[in-house]
Amino acid sequence: MGVGTAQVEKRSTILVSWICIAVTKQNDLSKEIQDRVRQAAAARTALRIRGGDTKAFYGRTTTGEKLDVSGHRDIVSYEPTELVITARAGTPLDEVEAALAEKGQVLPFEPPHFGKAATLGGAVACGLSGPSRPYSGAVRDLVLGVVCVNGRGERLSFGGQVMKNVAGYDVSRLMVGAMGTLGVLLEVSLKVLPRPATTVTLALATDADQAITTMNAWAAQPLPISATCHDGELLRVRLAGAEQGVTAARQKLGGEEVPDGDTFWAELREHRLPLLSEAATLWRLSVPAAAPASAAEGTWLLDWGGAQRWFASELPADTIQQQAIALGGHATLFRGGDRTGEVFHPLAPPIATLHRRLKQAFDPDGILNPGRMYREW
Amino acid sequence: MTHADAATVAKTDKPSLVSALRAFLPREAVLHHDDELRPYECDGLSAYRAVPLMVVLPETTDQVQRILRLCSERKIPVVARGAGTGLSGGALPLPDGILLSLAKFSRILEIDRVNRTARVQPGVRNLAISQAVASDGLYYAPDPTSQIACSIGGNVAENSGGIHCLKYGLTVHNILRLEVITMDGERATIGADALDSPGYDLLALMTGSEGMLGVIVEVTVKLLPQPETAQLVMAAFDDIEKAGDAVARIIGAGIIPAALEMMDNPAIRAAEEFVHANYPVDAAAILLCELDGTAGEVAEQIQQVEKVLKERGAGEIRKARDEQERIIFWSGRKAAFPAVGRISPDYYCMDGTIPRQRLAEVLKKTAELSEKYKLRVANVFHAGDGNLHPLILYDANNPGELKRAEELGGQILELCVAVGGTITGEHGVGIEKINQMCVQFDEHELTQFHAVKSAFDPDGLLNPGKAVPTLRRCAEFGAMHVHGGKLPHPDIPRF
Repeated sequence: MGVGTAQVEKRSTILVSWICIAVTKQNDLSKEIQDRVRQAAAARTALRIRGGDTKAFYGRTTTGEKLDVSGHRDIVSYEPTELVITARAGTPLDEVEAALAEKGQVLPFEPPHFGKAATLGGAVACGLSGPSRPYSGAVRDLVLGVVCVNGRGERLSFGGQVMKNVAGYDVSRLMVGAMGTLGVLLEVSLKVLPRPATTVTLALATDADQAITTMNAWAAQPLPISATCHDGELLRVRLAGAEQGVTAARQKLGGEEVPDGDTFWAELREHRLPLLSEAATLWRLSVPAAAPASAAEGTWLLDWGGAQRWFASELPADTIQQQAIALGGHATLFRGGDRTGEVFHPLAPPIATLHRRLKQAFDPDGILNPGRMYREW
Repeated sequence: MTHADAATVAKTDKPSLVSALRAFLPREAVLHHDDELRPYECDGLSAYRAVPLMVVLPETTDQVQRILRLCSERKIPVVARGAGTGLSGGALPLPDGILLSLAKFSRILEIDRVNRTARVQPGVRNLAISQAVASDGLYYAPDPTSQIACSIGGNVAENSGGIHCLKYGLTVHNILRLEVITMDGERATIGADALDSPGYDLLALMTGSEGMLGVIVEVTVKLLPQPETAQLVMAAFDDIEKAGDAVARIIGAGIIPAALEMMDNPAIRAAEEFVHANYPVDAAAILLCELDGTAGEVAEQIQQVEKVLKERGAGEIRKARDEQERIIFWSGRKAAFPAVGRISPDYYCMDGTIPRQRLAEVLKKTAELSEKYKLRVANVFHAGDGNLHPLILYDANNPGELKRAEELGGQILELCVAVGGTITGEHGVGIEKINQMCVQFDEHELTQFHAVKSAFDPDGLLNPGKAVPTLRRCAEFGAMHVHGGKLPHPDIPRF
């Protein structure tokens, strides 16, 4: 549904809509992107999809001709009372977040930007979510629909702009975290939420074992928690919501109030905390929240109530993967290390087969970001 | 492969199949006499019926694997079935296929209170999970209205929602891991005990795939802490548009209610006559707005909601005085479908979702269609997330009425697509809305869906003919999108 089809009554609204169309048409490169993919498919040329180039460190290093989608930008539609925003993939995340902030709303999954130029498409393709993820959902939970170009150069639309939609397979969510290997994202619709009325961050001094126990005990109670993290010394918790609920929870949890709480969570999200930014090799372990603390050699930071564990370590990949399996999860070589080897956790044989076949189903010539996710495809 | 294609392949030797199945299944787990098969001829959408070739009731994962391997070898189609409460005919059997009932997979395998998860078999009833963990202060959030009967495996297959999904999400947001058997009999773990797993999000792809990609034999669900308190406000409006506007304003004010439901006058009257929920029967519409959380939060937000409701012209505003009254207020909404069933011999439930701002327009056009087709329509509406359930009242004993009801339903769904919505919010496509899929998706999108299906099930043996129409079917239905003035597949005959 485009802006032009909306029923507008007031003259001023018509004018605003018209301006909006004029701006958005100019930055609509969907035709050019589609043509480029079609030509690449015909010539069997590998494409390297690029948005803001802020997450090139993530995934495997790939070659291929650059397909720059950052010019395909602008917010296509945003209706605050519908809790839905639709924007082109190249739209800077900053721009999306600013538009939402103006109406008192946020992207509930707090996407890491990792740089000023970060785009919405890149955030969705990498599938990364910030500190609020266990409490408000991951990027995949908030995606309602996508428009994309598959490896045959066909423009496809899945999902939509409504909260509930079970027509057809959920290809929109399949695109999240697929690193551009299944399709070039053109447009994404996301569910948004009101910004919490109040937020407070508290800190308690404790060790990792106790922190894991405490975070999980809190999560089993009806408390307005929106983030929890342990950096080796301090357990930090963010409370967010209606003022009375936050005040009551604050008294219940105890600890010291952190004066610049919002800054801390932003630094954590953007990996600007020294523990994360200074690591030569940074691993991400995704494990059950209550899995015990690990004694493996390296520095640990627990996020997501214990479910996401950052691990700065020079141990061999195999050792770290085994460690993750022992804890009930998997490991990703997030930053640093050898980016030409495998960086994502090996897939079990039947799952690997399904991946190969799905890649074939969307991109039969293997031209979209080949090797970005796994070496073989 | 279409259902018709499958039928030509599977001119099955029934006695040989029965004995092959009985080689690893107990006698009573293989049903093949007509009188045994009758109870399985339909699911919750009883207008569509077919007697399956046979019904199998395995008890173990190994048995499921062997059944699928056997059917794979012999190219026999398989339809999986949970509790059979689905409303779109997703579990409608195939005359030449096996109906695989998961009714015996009814055990809760493990409750992990610390990680707040439950590992259950697919035949476990939705409500049974919440009941099993209630004493720990936990619950499983998605609550389809049929939750006393529907099974979790079916919920995953349909990505079921419920009254509280505005705040707590759908099935896809509340599960972590599936154990799945693919059509070739392979077992695969999809998702993880952690919040994510490596590779593509196959968990999302499986959820809502209507039994087309694999057979679910185990589900790990997330459990949430029960809210400290819940409060319900009922507001009556003399105009349905005002009620719709109030919904937008509540959400615009930064409040996400746990549930936000609307009923129109015919639905209010039917429910009131049935369960005496104390609804204002003269209202054009009522809103039921539930807020949950800590006592402080709820008290604060309930004031804001009452203010918005007054400003938007609500007549009567009633707050449930206690838990008992809250349950009574909900009873009318929860009984809306059977209530309508009492005032009409048959009813047909639609499931479109629309952007909420188009509500007034859609209701007005629905009323016009109701007039045109001379069939009454009552509307219940998950207003918070735009999911409409128009109930079309008809009498199957009057010749032609079912057909009129189906046509009217199809028109309503196409209207939902036209305003930017979808043909199904939570009930699934099944066999019921398969023609409308041709309206919502073009030939490239449908072809991509078929390619996804083939990645999991290359021979097209799992639930063939459901959820995604063939291009041929769309051409016959005459509703395929036309691109650049050219019809896709011009070689196909059209009626």
